[in-house]
Amino acid sequence: MKPYGYSLDATFAALADPTRRAILARLANGEAAVTELAAPFDMSQPAISKHLKVLERAGLITRGREGQRRPRKLEPRPLAEATDWIERYRRIWEANFKRLDAVLQDLKSNEKKMVDALLEDVKPKPKKRRSK
Amino acid sequence: MTPTAPVKIATPTDRELVMTRVFDAPRGMVFDALTKPELLKKWLLGPPGWTMPVCDIDLRVGGKYRYVWQNAEGRTMGMGGTFQEIMRPSRIVATEVYEEYWTGGETLVTTELVETGSKTTLSTTVRYASREARDAAIKMGATKGLEASYNRLDQLLAAQN
Repeated sequence: MKPYGYSLDATFAALADPTRRAILARLANGEAAVTELAAPFDMSQPAISKHLKVLERAGLITRGREGQRRPRKLEPRPLAEATDWIERYRRIWEANFKRLDAVLQDLKSNEKKMVDALLEDVKPKPKKRRSK
Repeated sequence: MTPTAPVKIATPTDRELVMTRVFDAPRGMVFDALTKPELLKKWLLGPPGWTMPVCDIDLRVGGKYRYVWQNAEGRTMGMGGTFQEIMRPSRIVATEVYEEYWTGGETLVTTELVETGSKTTLSTTVRYASREARDAAIKMGATKGLEASYNRLDQLLAAQN
C-alpha cells in the first residue's frame, strides 16, 4: 500500500462529483460494503463501482479484507492535505484582498476630492466651502 | 467600511484553479490597483509580516514584471513573468514563475475584470503547466498538519453539499 504521495489532482477530481462526496460522507460514519454504499443511489452496482474506483485511485478510500465482504474504508489523509492547501491559499488571498479593498477606498476618496476641487474651481461665486 | 465579500476558489479542470472576488469599485480602478507598483505594494503581501520591496512592471505585451517579497528575518521570495495579453480594463494574461524551486514551475495566469453596477468581479485563473506541476504546487502548499481528521472531512462535506 502506498501510504503517502497520492495525486492531489486525483483528489480534486474525485471530490468534484456529488455521488462520490455522498459516498465519502457515508464512509465518514464507518466502513461499509459496496451494496450498502449503492443502496441510497438510483444507480447500477457497476456505476457505483466505477465511482469507488475513482475514490480508490485518489487514495480517499481503501478496501478492508473481511473474507468476501471487503468493506470500503475512508482514508482521510489525502483529503486533509488538499483542503489544508485550499484553506491556506484562501486565507492568504482573503488578507490580500482586504488590503486591496482599502486601497480602492483610498482611490475612490481621492477621486472624489479631486472632483470636488474641480467643481469648486468652476463655481462662479468665490464662496469658501470645504469638502471633508 | 466595505462589507467583506468572500473569496471563492474552484478547480474547474485538472490543471486550473479559479479564484473570484467582488470589489466595491469600478474596474478601471481595480485594474490600476493590479498593475501600478505603488498601489500593488500596498496590498499584494501574502502572509502576515511580509513586505514587497521590489515591484517592477513593464505593462505591455511581451513586457516583464518581477515582484520580491521579504519577511522580518530577511528571507526573500521572488516571482515574475511576461505579459501576453493586456486589455485595459478587462483582461490581463501573464506567465508567472516563482524563483524558488518548490512551487511547481511556470503557470499561466488570466485575470478578468467584469463590472456590474459600481462593483467589479475579479477572477483569476491559474493554469498549471501540467498535472504534476499542480500537484507539486499543492503539496508544497499543504501545511504540516496532515494528521487524519474526520472533523475536517465533515466540514468539507458540509461546505460542498
